[in-house]
Amino acid sequence: MTQSPTLSRRSASAPAQPRKSRRRGADARAGYTFLLPWLLGFIALTVGPMISSLYLSFTNYNLFDAPKWIGFDNYVSLFQDERFLQSVGVTMQYVVFGTPLKLAAALAIAMLLNSKRKGQGFYRSAFYAPSLIGASVSIAIVWKAMFGDSGPVDQGLSFFGINLGGWVGNPNMTMGMMILLTVWQFGAPMVIFLAGLKQIPADLYEAASMDGAGPVRKFMNITWPMLSPVIFFNLLMETIHAFQIFASAYIISNGEGGPAGSTLFYTLYLYLRGFSDFRMGYASAMAWLLVIVVGIITLIFFKTSKSWVHYSGDSK
Amino acid sequence: MTTMATPTQPAPTKTAPAPVYNPKSESGTAKRIKSTIFHIVALALVAMVLYPALWMIASSFKPNSEIGGANTSLWSNNFSFDNFATAMEGIGGVSTLTFFTNSLILAVGAVVGTVLSASISAYAFARINFPGRGLFFGMMIATLLLPFHVVIIPQYIVFQQLGLVDTYIPLLIGKFLAADAFFVFLMVQFMRGLPAELDEAARIDGAGHVRIFGSIMLPLMKPALISTSIFSFIWSWNDFLGPLLYLNTPEKYPLPLALRLFVDQTQSSDYGAMIAMSVLALLPVLVFFLVFQRYIVEGVSTQGLKG
Repeated sequence: MTQSPTLSRRSASAPAQPRKSRRRGADARAGYTFLLPWLLGFIALTVGPMISSLYLSFTNYNLFDAPKWIGFDNYVSLFQDERFLQSVGVTMQYVVFGTPLKLAAALAIAMLLNSKRKGQGFYRSAFYAPSLIGASVSIAIVWKAMFGDSGPVDQGLSFFGINLGGWVGNPNMTMGMMILLTVWQFGAPMVIFLAGLKQIPADLYEAASMDGAGPVRKFMNITWPMLSPVIFFNLLMETIHAFQIFASAYIISNGEGGPAGSTLFYTLYLYLRGFSDFRMGYASAMAWLLVIVVGIITLIFFKTSKSWVHYSGDSK
Repeated sequence: MTTMATPTQPAPTKTAPAPVYNPKSESGTAKRIKSTIFHIVALALVAMVLYPALWMIASSFKPNSEIGGANTSLWSNNFSFDNFATAMEGIGGVSTLTFFTNSLILAVGAVVGTVLSASISAYAFARINFPGRGLFFGMMIATLLLPFHVVIIPQYIVFQQLGLVDTYIPLLIGKFLAADAFFVFLMVQFMRGLPAELDEAARIDGAGHVRIFGSIMLPLMKPALISTSIFSFIWSWNDFLGPLLYLNTPEKYPLPLALRLFVDQTQSSDYGAMIAMSVLALLPVLVFFLVFQRYIVEGVSTQGLKG
């Protein structure tokens, strides 16, 4: 992410010294006045709560009795809690398989659409539409109905001689169904890929063609490196979002994470612990672990990005 | 990169260098065939991607007996509005119209709050030099990546102690305090793209920040304001976790929560009505999408790249 701006930084060619410093003081005042809405929210709704939840994670707070300090007990018991470990497994599966599949679909379709042909706008919008509604309760209900025992998806597959015996009720199949739901929403990263592909100069491909490069080599040597900042952006954002899936899992499993815990996503378990059992200290520990894990992953992404993300010479 | 034979020439985008001996017409046919194949593949993919949505809409008009079971077809000879009539009746004595109104209140509140607070804060980041700006900007970006679950428990405790649970205040206050950093970021990026000479000139004319913001920046920021309005409306409309945490009385439920209640109570006994209500809940989003397609898709593609 970029640092502070340079565009509006105009170190004026200074008329008189006192006037300049007066303006600077006025600017500082104005700056913080305009910043006030965000700053208030940042302190009251983000920093404050983060500190409190860090504190709560070391207590046994349950919303009704005063919190009692219990040290690292919550964190220790998390790793002995089978349901917690299961929720970690479920979420990891979802992130590790769902995100790359979704991005692969997004990239493939973006490359298909990246041409000057007619109907581009229509295709782009049609593929994007699921991203807008995919995380809603309505679609979760529809998904559940479609993937139910002998629902339309099963019927369609049995036409090809595949008999899976339902998805919703089968703990081995629910993950597949959740992953399909996220892959279905490939439109948003696709639109971003498409915008990135349009930035790649066409003459690069022409020159490569003249050198006799085939589509694979063009992809490896031109598309991938030129697109790598966009791939990086999509990968980071989609991964972080994938960790936070909630509404669909809640609806599809009736808020229980079933069958057999197969849709017990991390945030769903956090919700159940915090707002159903009111074990808020425990849930706070879960929340902080999530922050730490997401932070580490972000860090790893940024560190490794140096070896495969190429920013063009004039960094914009 | 490979060395290029051609110097900086405007890229010849349309006509590919046709092999010399080929008559022009033949390359034209080849092109047409390729284009037809492209459209067939693309349309097939569109059909596949849109099938769930079409299935949902078709099912909402079908009698219950035709929704489950061996029915993959989108067509029925028994289409009717019966499911919608049932869905509009609502749940537990609360009419679906009430849920709609609630969703609308929340969404409009979210739009007003977000547009106001995000544009004002973004002006500070983009146009005013003040000590600490870089630091705060970095923190704002960091909140984009922060899993918000780490703040919901303390927030809930505070709102509960203030007696604000089961009101809309916990759901709206964040919107008026620019808590969706995404929108602040979007507006900062947009404002940075506006020429700095604008405020220079206004300053020489003696305009202060309030006037520069109100009469120069805001009018020019229309595209960013529209994108923000559309997205904050849709996000609020679809939000589930917030209302689930804070609202207890069905009279105050927005649609997603009402839908969950509906699912709990009918539990697949009335599939048709359930799906009809899902369609109703998505209707405003779909209408928004059809009307503002351009803005929405354009918004995603530019905002994404600026990251």
